[in-house]
Amino acid sequence: MNFEAELNRLEEIALALDRADLSLDESLALFEEGIQRLRSASEALAKAEGRVTTLVEQADGALEERDAGN
Amino acid sequence: MTARRGSGAPRRGAPRRGAAPSLFDGGDGAVSRACVTVRDAAPGESVETALTITDLTQTAKAILEGAVPPLWIRGEVSNFTAHRNGHWYFTLKDASAAISCVIWSRDVPRIPAMPDDGMQVMAYGQLSVYAARGQMQFMARALEAEGEGLWRKAFEATRARLEKEGLLDPARKKAIPRFPRRVAVVTSPDGAALHDITSVIARRNASVDVVVVPAAVQGEAAPASIVAALERVARWRGADVVIIARGGGSREDLWAFNDEAVARAIAGCPLPTISAVGHEVDITIADLVADLRAATPSAAAEAAVPVLEDIVAGIAALQQTMIAGVERRATIARRDLRRLAGDLSIRARRSVERRRARVQQVAGRIDALSPLNTLARGYAVARDAQGHALGTVAAFSPDQPFALVLRDGQVGATVTSVHPGAGPTARGVTG
Repeated sequence: MNFEAELNRLEEIALALDRADLSLDESLALFEEGIQRLRSASEALAKAEGRVTTLVEQADGALEERDAGN
Repeated sequence: MTARRGSGAPRRGAPRRGAAPSLFDGGDGAVSRACVTVRDAAPGESVETALTITDLTQTAKAILEGAVPPLWIRGEVSNFTAHRNGHWYFTLKDASAAISCVIWSRDVPRIPAMPDDGMQVMAYGQLSVYAARGQMQFMARALEAEGEGLWRKAFEATRARLEKEGLLDPARKKAIPRFPRRVAVVTSPDGAALHDITSVIARRNASVDVVVVPAAVQGEAAPASIVAALERVARWRGADVVIIARGGGSREDLWAFNDEAVARAIAGCPLPTISAVGHEVDITIADLVADLRAATPSAAAEAAVPVLEDIVAGIAALQQTMIAGVERRATIARRDLRRLAGDLSIRARRSVERRRARVQQVAGRIDALSPLNTLARGYAVARDAQGHALGTVAAFSPDQPFALVLRDGQVGATVTSVHPGAGPTARGVTG
């Protein structure tokens, strides 16, 4: 799941937990999922480096990223 | 505009003293005789040296082209014809004069749109002679209308076509992702636009990657180059959103972003697109087709990338909401549990009380049926030696000992006689 989908799901979970119309079991299961997603979203943010690259097309049409020259 | 001589500049012939005034003597004496064979007399001075019409028109053409450098002229368009051969023919006129104009097919692609009859235009080109008709003719290479009329006309024509196909429909616009991790930028790799975008993104959110997809953004090759770059982005799919950008420039500089092929490539891009072309006032076809139009490249970067601190704060807030929500739910569960436990003990107590009441009720009924109560009212029960109640006359026989049980004790007795027949009530009545 990408970062965007992860955050969207987190918002869904928070909203559902906030409404408090769930059974205790559902609540706890959602909470557990939410905590896992929080962790992976935070890790994704921490891991990203903010690189600037250039998309280059090879002779065979394959596309690859190269570090952008300064 | 610099006045420059065309390659066909006439050679300056040496004026010959005493000669009759030449037909071709211009005010400055610039006369071409290059194509005229000079014999005894100057060409055309006598019947013998009469010029051919070809010579005449070629001479006129050389003189005109030499004397009048390429220049801008202005006038009203009439009789416009786009010929099958690709050339455009029209007349430029004002209140008192007119001149035939032509735009050769090789120059047509650089002109944004066909002018309409009645349009006031400025044309840049070379004054010349159309030999076949012996007419003066203006060969235009560029055409501009008052108020950028041709650009607007081309813009509106393209927009109308795209609109008719539904490509400008707001309903087909894709949502811009709220949290992109990787932003592709289709632009010139060494333009100001790219610099603006990368610095804004670095300032707002240093965790977002930027992938530059190089493209020429001005000149005749620009549309094809932008289309190819968009095709690469679409094929690669490694980005979350695409910015198509170019810094400010003249209307002509930005024209690639009004190109129909570019518009179609943007519309067909599977990723969400943000256009950022020129300055705030510049609106291009690309802007209309893109999923989001940003006024400038910097604004595009701001629209594409949220501030990192805001994301972090948002995640923290989500965590708080989740914790509060689950705690509230747990509190409700605890309360429910306590209430259930209370209910249970109340029910248990009630159940015991109900049973006790029932026992008492039964006990009361048993009590009421007890013979002791009857004894208490003054009756007696006869029992034999074994304690069996002697309830009928048949249980007695003469001289049999028995006991009379009374309220407060027993009395020993012996049967003296037995009289079957009348019961106690009858005897009571007769006795």
